[in-house]
Amino acid sequence: MKIPFSYVFRNLWTRKITTLLTAGGMALVVFVFAAVLMLDAGLKKTLVGTGSFDNAILLRQSAQTEIQSSVYRDQASLLETMPEVARGVNGAPLVSRETLVLTQIPKRGSDRPQNVVVRGLPPMGLALRPQVKIIDGRMFRPGTSEIVVGKSISEGFEGVGIGQRQRFAGREWTVVGTFDGGKSGFDSEMWGDVEQMMQAFRRVSYSSVIVRLQERGDFDALKTRISGDQRLILDVKQEPLFYEEQSKTLSQFISILGITLSVIFSIGAMIGAMITMYAAVANRTSEIGTLRALGFRRSSILAAFLLESILLAMVGGVMGLVLASFLQAFTITTMNWQSFSQLAFGFHLTPQIVVTTMIFSVFMGLVGGFLPSVRAARLEIVDSLRAA
Amino acid sequence: MYLKLIYKNIFRHKLRSLLTIAGLVVAILSFGLLQTVVHAWYAGADMASANRLITRNATSLVFSLPAYYRERIRALDGVNAVAISNWFGGIYKDQSFKNFFASFGVDHDIFFDLYPEFKVNPDELLAFKKDRRGAMVGRLIADQHGFKVGDVIPMTSPIYGGGTWEFNVRGIYEPKDETTVTRQLYFHWDYINEQMKKRFPRRAEFAGVFVVQIADGSRAAEISQAIDKEFRNSLAETLTETEKAFSLGFVAQTEAIVTAVRIVSFVVIIIIFAVVANTMAMTARERLAENATLKALGFGPGFVAGLIIGESIMIVAIGGVLGILLTFPVAAGFKSAMGSMFPVFYVTPQTVMMQVACAAVVGLLAGLLPSVRAARVKIVDGLRYVG
Repeated sequence: MKIPFSYVFRNLWTRKITTLLTAGGMALVVFVFAAVLMLDAGLKKTLVGTGSFDNAILLRQSAQTEIQSSVYRDQASLLETMPEVARGVNGAPLVSRETLVLTQIPKRGSDRPQNVVVRGLPPMGLALRPQVKIIDGRMFRPGTSEIVVGKSISEGFEGVGIGQRQRFAGREWTVVGTFDGGKSGFDSEMWGDVEQMMQAFRRVSYSSVIVRLQERGDFDALKTRISGDQRLILDVKQEPLFYEEQSKTLSQFISILGITLSVIFSIGAMIGAMITMYAAVANRTSEIGTLRALGFRRSSILAAFLLESILLAMVGGVMGLVLASFLQAFTITTMNWQSFSQLAFGFHLTPQIVVTTMIFSVFMGLVGGFLPSVRAARLEIVDSLRAA
Repeated sequence: MYLKLIYKNIFRHKLRSLLTIAGLVVAILSFGLLQTVVHAWYAGADMASANRLITRNATSLVFSLPAYYRERIRALDGVNAVAISNWFGGIYKDQSFKNFFASFGVDHDIFFDLYPEFKVNPDELLAFKKDRRGAMVGRLIADQHGFKVGDVIPMTSPIYGGGTWEFNVRGIYEPKDETTVTRQLYFHWDYINEQMKKRFPRRAEFAGVFVVQIADGSRAAEISQAIDKEFRNSLAETLTETEKAFSLGFVAQTEAIVTAVRIVSFVVIIIIFAVVANTMAMTARERLAENATLKALGFGPGFVAGLIIGESIMIVAIGGVLGILLTFPVAAGFKSAMGSMFPVFYVTPQTVMMQVACAAVVGLLAGLLPSVRAARVKIVDGLRYVG
């Protein structure tokens, strides 16, 4: 015979302060746990959202980032002739030759300059990134020292308002617009005309070349063609995979740090649950005796107390998740080690994280409540009735 | 007598008190570890000398400077010596955090004169200077990977390419004290330069940064400006700052992470506060009748309140002291488990002081509310109360 659920629920309800404190402790652990998962998910979403499977990116062989890479003009021209490359109006190849450099701008409210990506790209570069929209001002004009800045840059950094000037590479660059990169990595970049950038930075080679494929399936054909061509010592990657690689180190770091913290903190919370449940058992010794005398089995007692502990943990879990969901309003800007530049990304709550977090909190309740429940189940009827 | 009463009270519920203490140990310990991680983040800045400036490209670190700047900087007033230091970005084995260490091509002749905190054996240093492919390895990486003098270290570099580069270990330098970072491999900048001349002549004769030694640390600002003025409006303008500012600039790039770790380290204190407060609330509730009896016997409310708050403080003191003591061995274990990720990792006196402060706050706050309630309880109500 089972002990009704309302008994379990009412027990938690009577001891409000104890329930609240114990669940509150668990909520904080769950909060940290969920926050880490959300941060990692946000990072992945940002970087994967930056690329599209319709595009392929070409870098110098064995270069891991655009900063390290160089692609020469003749190589870029050769790429434009490949049959796998899509063509736009008038048969112009959908190829963007880009150059990528870093400059330093102070973050808002700090005087320490941070590395920020400056990307030089031709007008064609915009056609390859349909997710990017100008939200304020206008696009830069090719052939001028004008730049547009991503949303995260314009919100988080000094001196990048429309009409303001940035000085780098021996020139003044005027900010003429702000663009929304659709929560992608482009939000953390500044864009200008590629040929102007090449001149200013005195570069003879591009950093990378982005090509639009005729069809997604053409990637392998393109790859074979490039590796077969002696003149092209280039690596070709699908854009989303390239950007995923870019976030690997940071993502790994966040997960390791977060999981370690959650495990250590959960020990504290489980001890809290254990203390509460032991007290619950001790206070209700005679009650347990009565239940047993009424005919409830040991297993029912065990189940009731375990359920109480799990319920307690779930209250904590829900509280923690609600707290964590508010984090979605925040954006974190930190250095992505691989690209050596600042990257803004948010906390992203996915259904999978909700499930994982709830499982985690149930687990805490189960572990914390197990020993006390066993003690409750093992009480002898006579002794416990006499205890009162 | 009073203390003895409190002490006896703690062990009336042995299991509960032990669990609470165990929780405290975990919390104070992890708080200490997290603070140490934050401290480790600033490792390079702690080691910085006031007599060294770093000159780099004003646009950003990824751009290099022409190597001939070295001579022009050296000619400036107040400058003692200048050495090239060039980030090589070498990868040993794989790209994991565990196997990571920094590698620089430097002016082999004078570099170690600029860094007296690296203790070198003169014979080894001489051997290093004579070998074009020689390398000096820090104690930390030597211990981690078992490098010995005479070993060959193969590395690849995504920046310089060219397949595998091999360096001969000619010496191992030791740290002067625990703030010294020994996670770097130094080799001849000439070696990189020579390879670049052969393969990419356009990239030859460039230096990453210049380490500038000045005679008088108090003239740092003035000399920095003199250096930057020297190259204003040139193709590669420079930015010169003290070594400390340079290192802090690096830390600032990852400030968000440091801030997060810092916040989280206080979250664990709040968690344990909830646990201790809960314990004390339960204890006070159970002793309501007993405290009323004490009052009926003539003990004042202060006495009863003191019993509860004293118990809370004593529990926290036991847990706190154990936690602090454990921090030292655990930090040492953590350091060796993490490999070279944190080159400098030791518990500072400030960390211990913060641990003590946090424990004191938790002990006081957790006992406060229950003790006030115990002091205020009316004797009749207390005596009438049954569990």
